[in-house]
Amino acid sequence: MSLEQRLDDLVDELEEAFEDQEVEGVGFHRARGEVTLTVPREIFKSVMALLRKGKPFQFDTLIDVCGVDLSAYGQSEWSTGNSGFSRGAERGAFSPEPENRFASVYHLLSTIHNHRVRVKTLLDSDKPIIDTVVDLWSAANWFERESFDLFGILYKGHPDLRRVLTDYGFIGHPFRKDFPLEGTVEMRYDPEQKRVVYEPVSIEPRTLVARVIREDSRYEEGWKPEEPEGEEEEAAG
Amino acid sequence: MSEIRNYTINFGPQHPSAHGVLRLVLEMDGEVVERADPHVGLLHRGTEKLAENKPYNQSIGYMDRLDYVSMMCNEHGYVLAIEKLLGIQAPERALYIRTMFDEITRILNHLMWIGTHGLDIGAMTVFLYAFREREDLMDCYEAVSGARMHATYYRPGGVYRDLPGQMPKYTPNRWVDESEVKRRNANREGSLLDFIEDFTDRFPKLVDEYETLLTDNRIWKQRTVGIGVVTPERAKNLGFTGPMLRGSGIAWDLRKKQPYAAYNKVDFDIPVGTNGDCYDRYLVRVEEMRQSNRIIRQCIEWLRANPGPVMIDDHKIAPPKRADMKDDMEALIHHFKLFTEGYCPPPGEVYAAVEAPKGEFGCYIVSDGANKPYRLKVRAPGFSHLAAMDEMARGHMLADVVAIIGTMDIVFGEIDR
Repeated sequence: MSLEQRLDDLVDELEEAFEDQEVEGVGFHRARGEVTLTVPREIFKSVMALLRKGKPFQFDTLIDVCGVDLSAYGQSEWSTGNSGFSRGAERGAFSPEPENRFASVYHLLSTIHNHRVRVKTLLDSDKPIIDTVVDLWSAANWFERESFDLFGILYKGHPDLRRVLTDYGFIGHPFRKDFPLEGTVEMRYDPEQKRVVYEPVSIEPRTLVARVIREDSRYEEGWKPEEPEGEEEEAAG
Repeated sequence: MSEIRNYTINFGPQHPSAHGVLRLVLEMDGEVVERADPHVGLLHRGTEKLAENKPYNQSIGYMDRLDYVSMMCNEHGYVLAIEKLLGIQAPERALYIRTMFDEITRILNHLMWIGTHGLDIGAMTVFLYAFREREDLMDCYEAVSGARMHATYYRPGGVYRDLPGQMPKYTPNRWVDESEVKRRNANREGSLLDFIEDFTDRFPKLVDEYETLLTDNRIWKQRTVGIGVVTPERAKNLGFTGPMLRGSGIAWDLRKKQPYAAYNKVDFDIPVGTNGDCYDRYLVRVEEMRQSNRIIRQCIEWLRANPGPVMIDDHKIAPPKRADMKDDMEALIHHFKLFTEGYCPPPGEVYAAVEAPKGEFGCYIVSDGANKPYRLKVRAPGFSHLAAMDEMARGHMLADVVAIIGTMDIVFGEIDR
């Protein structure tokens, strides 16, 4: 059976299984030969249990759990002015959207039916808490620890939610978009105190990439040169 | 006689058989492990975060440094994800080259593994043998990319350049005289493909040599049979992939089940174990080396008969030829734009996985339409294998912990990322 056929079957089965729950918002998305389920937090655990044990699914392997911080999605580090020139934009003006800031993304694989699915749950910024799936797949243990470590997503019911990748005594969640790439502390050996000391970083934050070409107005159709600001306000008013 | 108490042993992070920087806190009852708590992250470099701040192409080099003994397979996973995102397909010749180099990488990795695993549990010679062969394969890497290890050879849309027509040769110097150089250059007179073919002629015999040293060796069997047994159900539940899963008797191999590159056009078998112990996983990996050899031979044959492009012709993604840049303005602009700004894939998310020597290596990329990934998650096979350390080591002796670390084929570059 080809990949396309298997995918068709999987989508049919999924639609059948979640038909009655459609009102509660289990979203389907099929693109590039992959199926993504967007599951609200409240019914997340029951959906995962169904995917694990349900006859047509039997997702027996949890491939990956990963956190995503969506707060800078679509934002450019560089602002492109109407003149065509651009400058480095300050990253300081950072305003995370409290609703749906984080996502916990699961990749499941069924070695029996040979198909994959991606399950995505959006979490808010204040209380990013989601049920653990360690009881369904033991593999989730470290993956959830990693997601907690790097993004601060809390997994309710996890047996041992400790940091896994960062240093002992590390403060913050480094993969969040508001955590600077340079970090916050640097360490060195201090010969006078004869021990390793931590200090605030001495590196200046800077933009590492060339301008992000996203929506350059010069190439858009119907573009006109900049008009004086007063007239624009009038038009808006 | 004094009473034996429970105590805690700190294993590593600087321990020769910890395969890098693994700190293992072991709670012992006498010599028996009661609980194993691996502390990882000492090699955490934030590869994913770095990649999120760079154009796509500039992160390929980071992928080499994840699992630094199976470099090109990591590149393959990343490049495949980008290609899926962009909706492009590499030319067929590039697919065969990738298949061939994936298998060369698999042999490289398994040789490294058999050498160090042997060294850990008391077999010295096999290490020296394995590194002798690794040298030849490293020369293949060097011939094709200029680097012995961190190749950055796979690119979105193909591979960076075609296979070279001749192998680099040794030259005489103060320490190596003419006749010795002639002997060393004997298999380097032809092209790279000739050199690899010569290797594949020799290699099965060499694998026999390793097997003579280990397979029926009494000490080897005592150290590996019945150690770290994982049932098929547990193996799947723990997220095992690759030889760790196949050692438990599940014939799951992405190369067969979800073929990528040219794997659906070559003929090979998947070895599986029966007992799920360290010895079975050893047998699986040894057989995989033989199968890789078989795949390489088929690829050589195809590559000889079918010359063609190795990179797609879209200069928004792949750089133009160096010669074109000398007198073509358009080519020069393309080159400059590609290497400064890169390219912008459409918004969306993809997951692409390859069967790396250690298991499933996958890349999950979220794109928001910028010239760099919004989120890159690297799914490293070793991460979930090491997570099972506690379950596998519990109830075994301290010395068996070393055998279990060895059988997992741990590399910290990919676990800590």
